[in-house]
Amino acid sequence: MDGGEALIRARGLVKRFGEFTAVDGIDVEVRKGEAFGFLGPNGAGKSSTMRMIGCVSAPTGGELAILGMDPLRQGPAIRARLGVCPQEDNLDIELTARENLTTYARYFGIPRATARRRADQLLEFVQLADRAGSKVDQLSGGMRRRLTIARSLVNEPDIVLLDEPTTGLDPQARHLVWERLFRLKRQGTTLVLTTHYMDEAEQLCDRLVVMDGGRIAAEGSPRELIEQHATREVVELRFGVTALEPFADKLAGIGERLELLPDRILLYADDGDAAAAEVYARNLSPSGVLVRRASLEDVFLHLTGRTLVETG
Amino acid sequence: MIMVTTAVARVLAGDELRARRAAAVTERNLVAFRTGGTYWWLVVSGFAEPLLYLLAIGWGVGALVGDMELPDGRVVPYLTFLAPALLAAAAMNGAIAESTMNFFAKMKFAKLYDSVLNTPVTPVEIAFGELGWAMLRGAMYTGAFLVVMVVLDVTSPVRALAAFPAALLVGFAFGALGMAFATLMRSWQDFDYVGIVQFAVFLFSGTFVPVASYPVAMQVLVQVSPLYHGVELIRSITTGTVGWGHLWHLAYLLAAVVLGLAVAARRMARLLLG
Repeated sequence: MDGGEALIRARGLVKRFGEFTAVDGIDVEVRKGEAFGFLGPNGAGKSSTMRMIGCVSAPTGGELAILGMDPLRQGPAIRARLGVCPQEDNLDIELTARENLTTYARYFGIPRATARRRADQLLEFVQLADRAGSKVDQLSGGMRRRLTIARSLVNEPDIVLLDEPTTGLDPQARHLVWERLFRLKRQGTTLVLTTHYMDEAEQLCDRLVVMDGGRIAAEGSPRELIEQHATREVVELRFGVTALEPFADKLAGIGERLELLPDRILLYADDGDAAAAEVYARNLSPSGVLVRRASLEDVFLHLTGRTLVETG
Repeated sequence: MIMVTTAVARVLAGDELRARRAAAVTERNLVAFRTGGTYWWLVVSGFAEPLLYLLAIGWGVGALVGDMELPDGRVVPYLTFLAPALLAAAAMNGAIAESTMNFFAKMKFAKLYDSVLNTPVTPVEIAFGELGWAMLRGAMYTGAFLVVMVVLDVTSPVRALAAFPAALLVGFAFGALGMAFATLMRSWQDFDYVGIVQFAVFLFSGTFVPVASYPVAMQVLVQVSPLYHGVELIRSITTGTVGWGHLWHLAYLLAAVVLGLAVAARRMARLLLG
């Protein structure tokens, strides 16, 4: 991705709520046609950033330009060209699926006939055409999410903002959502999404920033980030006991780096099988051994010392 | 009907685009109304309540009270005196129900406006749009009420037509005030206070007896009640006693609309655009 025009540009962007700083001076640039992600745990400042980009929350400090416009003075003009899929489905529960789309289109000043046509196309697109007349409470969680995504497309936006598009969905529903978002991306729609799932970020994002505590910890494509901040492979070791520190000492020197988690030990190595063999060679007998490719989860762990999704 | 709202909003907001967005909010309620079905019961109940009052108190108590003397010296049956006040009260009750309970539910529980604010629509436009809807509902109540008044021969068809916009204004004023209150509410419990105030206002706004018969302190206090101004305005129209003095009542109601809308829009921006 290069040479594209910047649709979103933030410099030193800050959001404070009283004493609490949710976003602490971030620089972000999203180019036309790319899928850009904010990866981070809950409370990292992703949603606050998204609300500022969506022009429903005024920045406390720094600069922000969206589609070349100023969110404070040109909010309605910017929002007219954005599609927003918020974290919580806030569909209109008094209306049917189809009416949710046609009514929403009217807020953008779209003529009724056009609204009806687009609603039908979008219901088709998110595979809800047969549920057009159903009220929202008759739809499953996955269906509601798809309807919310359809709603965010009703004004044919230049940028679609998706705040945790698949949180709370079962695996099947997630894959359906990903597949639709991937299609949108292929059609050239600029996607900006937040997620705390590394697989989601890897699947969908061309480029992403890792956020932690309101700051950007790293930036790049998923592959670049893994290459920079992790090894090629990771060995996960479980010992079936809670006190893992003694094992960590005995594992010292295997691979490039070692990470001690509450329930397991991670060994970072370019050759995972060789590292696993070395573990056995030292007469250690872990109850579970898993050799896998390094992921964004490992990047995040390395950068912040914490896991993305609390395994608690 | 949408066109009426659009026209009103255009005048008040002073911008074509903004008026259209406010109308889209009103339109959403019409769609929900059509889809919901059960909504009709609300209308029926809002209409039935004052009608029952009208029959029970107007005829029953009216027989005991006898005739009433109007400010211009004319003597009329009690029902003629009471009916316009109950019309104003009906407009108030309908508008308050829509703008407090329903508005609060949409804002806090259905999170309806969170999604609307992601579109070009702004908080002021939502406030206008919701009020437009409250006014449409109010038009249904008051229209039917005026028909009943003509049938019972407590006013003439021409006066009833003239009273219609005045009753809408009463609804508009209480809708705006109610909406402002709804943005200040923390939970459903707070609505109990609304109910108490609403009932007190209903009883003591020159509704059942002329304000002149109140103690002097009450006569001053009653000036605060928007319903008092609504009652005086509508009663003067339906009984044909309108004078220049009634412009004061008109001005008071218009001021209530402006105040309510301004507070509601400001509070919504604070609550929803954090």
